[in-house]
Amino acid sequence: MLSIELLLEALVFGALVGCFYAAVSIGLSIAFGLLDVPHIAHAAFLVLAAYMTYLLGTYGFDPLVAALLILVPFFFLGAIVYRFYYEAFEKRGADTGVRGIAFFFGVAFMVQVFLSMTFGLDQRNVSAPYIGTSLGIGEMRIPWRLIVALCVAVGLTVGLRLYLLRTFQGRAIRAVAHDAWALRIIGADPVRTKQWAFGIATAATAIGGALLAIISPVEPSLDRVYIGRTFCVVVLAGLGSMSGTLAAGIILGVTESIVLTMFGASWAPAVAFGLLLLVLGIRPQGLFGR
Amino acid sequence: MKINSIPFWAAAILLPACAYFLPAWGLNEYYLYVGYVVLQYVVLATAWNILGGYAGYVNFGTGAFFGVGAYAALVLFMKFNAPLPVQIAGAAAIGALLGLGAGLLTLRLKGIFFSIATIAAAIIIETFVLNWRYVGGASGMQIIRPAVPLGFETYTRMLLVVMTILAVVSIIVARFIEKSWLGRGLRAVRDAEVAAECSGVPTLKLKLLACAISGALMAAAGAPLPLYSSFIEPHSVFSLNYSVMALAMAVVGGMSSWLGPVLGAILIASSQQFAASASPELHLFIVGALLVFFVIAAPDGLVGLLQRVGRMTARMTGMQNVRPKWRS
Repeated sequence: MLSIELLLEALVFGALVGCFYAAVSIGLSIAFGLLDVPHIAHAAFLVLAAYMTYLLGTYGFDPLVAALLILVPFFFLGAIVYRFYYEAFEKRGADTGVRGIAFFFGVAFMVQVFLSMTFGLDQRNVSAPYIGTSLGIGEMRIPWRLIVALCVAVGLTVGLRLYLLRTFQGRAIRAVAHDAWALRIIGADPVRTKQWAFGIATAATAIGGALLAIISPVEPSLDRVYIGRTFCVVVLAGLGSMSGTLAAGIILGVTESIVLTMFGASWAPAVAFGLLLLVLGIRPQGLFGR
Repeated sequence: MKINSIPFWAAAILLPACAYFLPAWGLNEYYLYVGYVVLQYVVLATAWNILGGYAGYVNFGTGAFFGVGAYAALVLFMKFNAPLPVQIAGAAAIGALLGLGAGLLTLRLKGIFFSIATIAAAIIIETFVLNWRYVGGASGMQIIRPAVPLGFETYTRMLLVVMTILAVVSIIVARFIEKSWLGRGLRAVRDAEVAAECSGVPTLKLKLLACAISGALMAAAGAPLPLYSSFIEPHSVFSLNYSVMALAMAVVGGMSSWLGPVLGAILIASSQQFAASASPELHLFIVGALLVFFVIAAPDGLVGLLQRVGRMTARMTGMQNVRPKWRS
């Protein structure tokens, strides 16, 4: 029932969609993987960014240009949210677990309801020259938007990886993830570093959100599905690994695409969550974990 | 039985009786609907708090347990024409099993991983129901109600009594857990899991038990739903709103005692019913805002605030040792 061409197509599409999953997860990979913040609102910020892209699109901005425009506001949004989280929970120390999770859950919920109040429950689309057209390679037709996703995902991964490995700030972020106390001893401010890193994570989320608007129509309740996909990718990758995120995204994308071709689209939402449960049960440190 | 317990048990017996006689005294049928929904949330929030408040494990899968309860009751009804008490018992049993299974799979995970795993479990269960033809799949299922049982005039009146009994039972269970060795063990898990394990508390067993009890109560709350609305459909039944609501009610009311979720549920659910005609979206937004506000500013919820007020008045009148009634 599964011919070679169909399988090949599922693999190619899965890998491309997987790159997209990596791009939307990379912000969480920093926020949760490196900084250890239970950032359940990540998916909600993603959908928020997608709606901002749509909004700028109605003024004639290309989604990719819109992504660059919302980069800085989202950086500050992230920095503010982290500062708030720090003052309210991390600083007080004990019992951050339950309340921190409840806090981000509340924030996510507020964003979702805010979006459905302002934009309604209808699906929204953005338009660009690369949406709706496709590139023909042999028998296969590959939508340009997936190729855009591939380029952005690879660019984002390589960029963030180089940033974390090569620059002073990036190294400081990895250091704070490793041992915040040691950072304090050498005279750096761990809170400010984490605030900066959370800003970067949220800015990366803004780019992910713009991609989300390019790849599929957006609706306010979309964040629910992406909570599963993003956490699946981050946990599968092993916390805080950038190149692992790209690989994990592709694994998820291919798995989802094969399930989709074999069993039908109605089973697709369960794939990411099933994979996540499997990883959590068998290898909680992830495939590429420390 | 301590003196302080007498009002509690008196209320536990009187409430279902009130629910039975109230309609006879001419209460508008609309308020019975409101009462049903409020009591349903009392059960859900109380059940959530057994795991979330006492043991400190945040469950985002309330909707899944609720939905499993509703669908279990539906299947029992369709296959065996089972009466409502059997449906509820069956739903509770399946909910307990599901809680046990989910607990075995996820309770070794800490903090956020547990929470994410519960969302995952919820979505997977929803997907299964969506693809299950027998119960109508995504398009849902219409139920033809059997005749109203003897002694009741309408279904709403009967289900209100049933839900009142469920709420009272769940409160009794929560109160028992809070005061017994079980609650002490769970609190030890919440405050320092490793230390508890080292000093001989069987943490995993306690957590599994809490998971099973919590799951059973949530599923029982969902069991009367097919008869109540005579139509059932996966998207609304498995909605994330139930999870948010249960969490918000427990946090707003206060997670450290059984009274907290009850207070929170009554406040939020009744305000939801009255805001529903104006703007349900705005109400959801306010619930989210309340959740964030309480989690930051009043971590012990309304009960904590009341206790503080009580302590202050006690200090002012010079009666330091008076303990508030709800601590009975």
